[in-house]
Amino acid sequence: MSLFSVFNVASSGLTAQSYRLNVVASNLANANSATSSNGQPYRAREVVFAAQPQSSNPAGVDGVAVAGVIEKPGPFKLVYQPGNPLADAQGYVKMPNVNPVDELVNMISASRAYQANVNVMETTKTLLQKTLTLGA
Amino acid sequence: MSSLLDQTLNPLADALRVSGYRQQLLAANIANANTPNYKAVDIPFAKTLRAVQAGQGMGFPMKTDQARQFGDAPGSLALASYVQYQRGSAVGLDGNSVDMNREQSEFAQNGVRYQADVTFLTGKIKNLLSAITGTTQ
Repeated sequence: MSLFSVFNVASSGLTAQSYRLNVVASNLANANSATSSNGQPYRAREVVFAAQPQSSNPAGVDGVAVAGVIEKPGPFKLVYQPGNPLADAQGYVKMPNVNPVDELVNMISASRAYQANVNVMETTKTLLQKTLTLGA
Repeated sequence: MSSLLDQTLNPLADALRVSGYRQQLLAANIANANTPNYKAVDIPFAKTLRAVQAGQGMGFPMKTDQARQFGDAPGSLALASYVQYQRGSAVGLDGNSVDMNREQSEFAQNGVRYQADVTFLTGKIKNLLSAITGTTQ
């Protein structure tokens, strides 16, 4: 048990937050994808985090892991485009339920959390280096 | 009777151990700032330090019925028994109770305390060395 396990915890945070940023990027890129590989319009996605005790850490110290990627429920947006080959009988095309404002807020929150974890690693590195100078 | 070396260095070494453990808990809180249903944890520093200095910080004593059972886990640290959930921070709708401002400021303070401890320990070691060698170099 030592400060080295802080690196494991902080890096699990970095991995989780960068996964979240990836999903935000996927949502924003596909905000207008009326169809996808399964024939349905793209559904906005979200990551779910779970606290994960790691074997190399002492008790009470948990890392974080991505438990899964879920699709947001809710109705698709209907856009009136009668000339579109994907339009239904009334001329409406189903567009993804991506809300750009939600995604940008998610992106800001993920980047702040990422910076906080980087800060944790920097501080721990400083402490360990200072410990190495003990007695000198 | 513990030696002069133990008496001089043990209190600071115990504080270093407790500080190091607290640093890990705070790092775990920061990493789990977005995890649903995660409740922030911490240890009460002064109480834990007193307990460790009183000798209750090492090992989980276990009752044994037979001679060949292990009495305690050697080298294990019972600091985990002092871990508590934090109170007073708002719990979000997803069940997460981590207050990022508090965690980061506590992390910074604990880091400074750890560095101060290392500095004091270095000073004590130098004192002992100068007493042993008789010079002030």
